[in-house]
Amino acid sequence: MSLTLQNVSRVVEGETWIDDVNLTLEPGSFNVLLGRTLSGKTTLMRLMAGLDRPTTGKIIMNGVDVTGVAVRERNISMVYQQFINYPNLSVYENIASPLRLAKMDEAEVDRRVRETAEMLRIDPFLDRLPLQLSGGQQQRTAMARALVKDSQIILFDEPLVNLDYKLREELRQELRALFKARNCIAIYATTEPNEALALGGNTAVLNEGRLLQMGPTAEVYHQPKDIITAEMFSEPPINVVPGRVNEEEVTFDDTVHFRLNNDLRRLTPGEYQFGVRASHIGLVPHSDDDLELPVRVDLAEISGSETFLHVHNPHFDLVLHLSGVHAYQVDEEIKVYFPTHKLYAFDDQGKMVHSPARMREQ
Amino acid sequence: MTQSSTTPMTHEKTSQGRASQNTKVTKEQAPVYSRADRKARNANLRGRFGLALYVVLLLLPIYWLVNMSFKTNTEILSGLSFFPADFTLENYAKIFSDSTWYMGYVNSIFYVSMNMVISLLVALPAAYAFSRYKFIGDKHMFFWLLSNRMAPPAVFLLPFFQLYSSVGLFDTHIAVALAHCIFTVPLAVWILEGFMSGVPREIDETAYIDGYSFPKFFVRIFIPLIRSGIGVTAFFCFMFSWVELLLARTLTSVEAKPIAAIMTRTVSASGMDWGLLAAAGVLTIIPGMLVIYFVRNHVAKGFALGRV
Repeated sequence: MSLTLQNVSRVVEGETWIDDVNLTLEPGSFNVLLGRTLSGKTTLMRLMAGLDRPTTGKIIMNGVDVTGVAVRERNISMVYQQFINYPNLSVYENIASPLRLAKMDEAEVDRRVRETAEMLRIDPFLDRLPLQLSGGQQQRTAMARALVKDSQIILFDEPLVNLDYKLREELRQELRALFKARNCIAIYATTEPNEALALGGNTAVLNEGRLLQMGPTAEVYHQPKDIITAEMFSEPPINVVPGRVNEEEVTFDDTVHFRLNNDLRRLTPGEYQFGVRASHIGLVPHSDDDLELPVRVDLAEISGSETFLHVHNPHFDLVLHLSGVHAYQVDEEIKVYFPTHKLYAFDDQGKMVHSPARMREQ
Repeated sequence: MTQSSTTPMTHEKTSQGRASQNTKVTKEQAPVYSRADRKARNANLRGRFGLALYVVLLLLPIYWLVNMSFKTNTEILSGLSFFPADFTLENYAKIFSDSTWYMGYVNSIFYVSMNMVISLLVALPAAYAFSRYKFIGDKHMFFWLLSNRMAPPAVFLLPFFQLYSSVGLFDTHIAVALAHCIFTVPLAVWILEGFMSGVPREIDETAYIDGYSFPKFFVRIFIPLIRSGIGVTAFFCFMFSWVELLLARTLTSVEAKPIAAIMTRTVSASGMDWGLLAAAGVLTIIPGMLVIYFVRNHVAKGFALGRV
C-alpha cells in the first residue's frame, strides 16, 4: 500500500506551488512534512488526497495510477488545521458518517464509533453537537472521523496549531501511539522543527514547493543535505557564518581564527559557510578546543524556561539557545564559546560538505 | 453604574495633587455624580420618549386601518373617532364568504409560493457555483445579476405581456411567478452566496473525503448548514412577490387575479366601500407578519445580503 509521487508539479496561475516532487511513502510509516508557511505543505497534501490535480506528474498508489481519481473513490482521511466537523450532526453522527456511507451494518458502526471515541477520550460527548465542545474536543472529533475508517492514507494538515500548548503536547503523544498499530500511511504537516523531532518517523523538508530532503527524522536533523534544510530544521535557525579554510586554519574574519582540528582537516582550502546550532554555543567552555568569542548582546529573548540570546561581533550575528532564564543588558559585552568540533560546513552552493564527527556516527 | 464611574474621577483628582485636601474632594464629589446621574437619567428618558414617539408614528396608519376595518361605512364617513362606536365584523364576513374576494388571497399566496420555490431551486445551485468555483466572467455575471434589479418592473411589463399572451400563459399563476423571478432570483443568489461563503470550503472537502457524493452532501450536510439563509431568502422573495402589484395585475385577468387587484373593486359608481377595503388591507398584512416572525433573528443578515 505504498504511495508514490512521480515528478509531481502544480502550477497555479503561472506560479509554481509544487516543483517536481518525487517521493515514496511506505505503508505503516509516519511521515512529517516540515516547511514554513507557503512552502507547499498543504498543496502537496491536497495533491496526495486528490482534492487537487497535479499540473504534471503522476500519483501512484499500490502501483496503480490514481492521478485522475476523485477523492471519494480513494480511501483517505484528512484532518485540517481548522476544526472541521459537520455542525448540524452530533459528535456520534460525525464520527459515524464515513462508515454510514460505506454501508456498514449498524452494530459494527456503533462498535467502531464507540471504540474510536474512547480512544480519543470524547466518549462522554457523543450526543453533543460539535460547536458545544471545546477546541481540543472538536479537533479530537475530526480526528476520530479520520481514524474510524480504515483509510490507506491519513493526512494531518497542521492539526494542532490552533490548540493551546499543553493540549498540543498531549494530543501529539496520543497521535503517535494511535498510529503504532496501524498499517496506513500517516502524513503530518507542521511548521515546527520541534514537533517533527517529537513525532519521529520520517521527515520530508519542503521549501518553496521543492522537496529538499526526505529520510528518517534523526538523520535529516543530523545530516542536513544543504543549508536551507539545516536552517529549517532547527529552532532557532542554525547560525551561519562565512569563513575561509586554508592549509592550517579556519578564518571567520580578520580577528577570529582557529587551527584546523582533526575533524575539519578533510576540507579542501576555500570559502565555506559554517553552520553551528544555537544550542551548541555556550557561555562556558565545554572542551579545550572551544573558541572564545567576545560579543555584544542585542537581545535576550525569553521563551518559557529558555533564553534565546542574540549577539553580534563586528562581522556576524549569532543566536544562542540557553536553558534557563538569563537576563542581559543590551550592548553588554560577554564571551561565548564556539564549539569548533560541532561545525557543519557548506560549500558555496549551499551543499553540506562536512558534518560533525559525532553526528555522523549516529 | 454611578459608583464605578466616579471612582476613576477621585483617582484623577488625587493624582492631580489634591490628595491633602481629602475632605474637600469628598465634598465636591456629591454634586458631581448626582449631576452625571441626572444627565444619564435624562438621556435615558429622552431616548425612551423618542423611541415611543417613533413607534407611535410608525404604527398610527396600521392602527387606523385596523380601526377602520371594524367600523361601518357610515361611521367612517361621519367624522373622527378613535374606536369603532358600532363594532362590526361584517367587512371580514364579506371577504370570507365571497369567493371573488377570498380567491384573491388564494391566488396571491399560490403564485407567491410558486415564486419562492422556483427562486430557491434556481438560486441554490447558482449561489453554490458563485461561492465555490472560479469561472470566466464569474464576477461580472454576479454583478449583472444584481443589476437586473435596477430596472423598474414596468420595463419588463410589455415583453412579458406579449410573450405570455402568445404562448398561452396569460392569466395563470405560473406566469406571475416566473415574471417575479426576474427580480427574486438575483436577490436570492446574492443572499445565498453570502451565507454559503460563510461555510468553510473544507467542510465540502471533508464530505467528499468521507465519501459523500455531491447531491448527497448538498442535501444532507450543506442545506442544513445554511437553513437560516434559506429562510431569509424565502422571506425576501415573499416580500417582493407579495407586494408587487404592477406585473401581477397586468399578467392576470380572472383566474389568477391577485388580492391587490381585487381590492380596486371597492371603488364603484356608488362610492367607495371603505370598511371592506380596510379589512382587505388588514388581511394582506397578516401573511407578511407570519413570515417575518419565523426569520426575525436572521433577517438583519439578509439585508446585508448574508455578508455579516
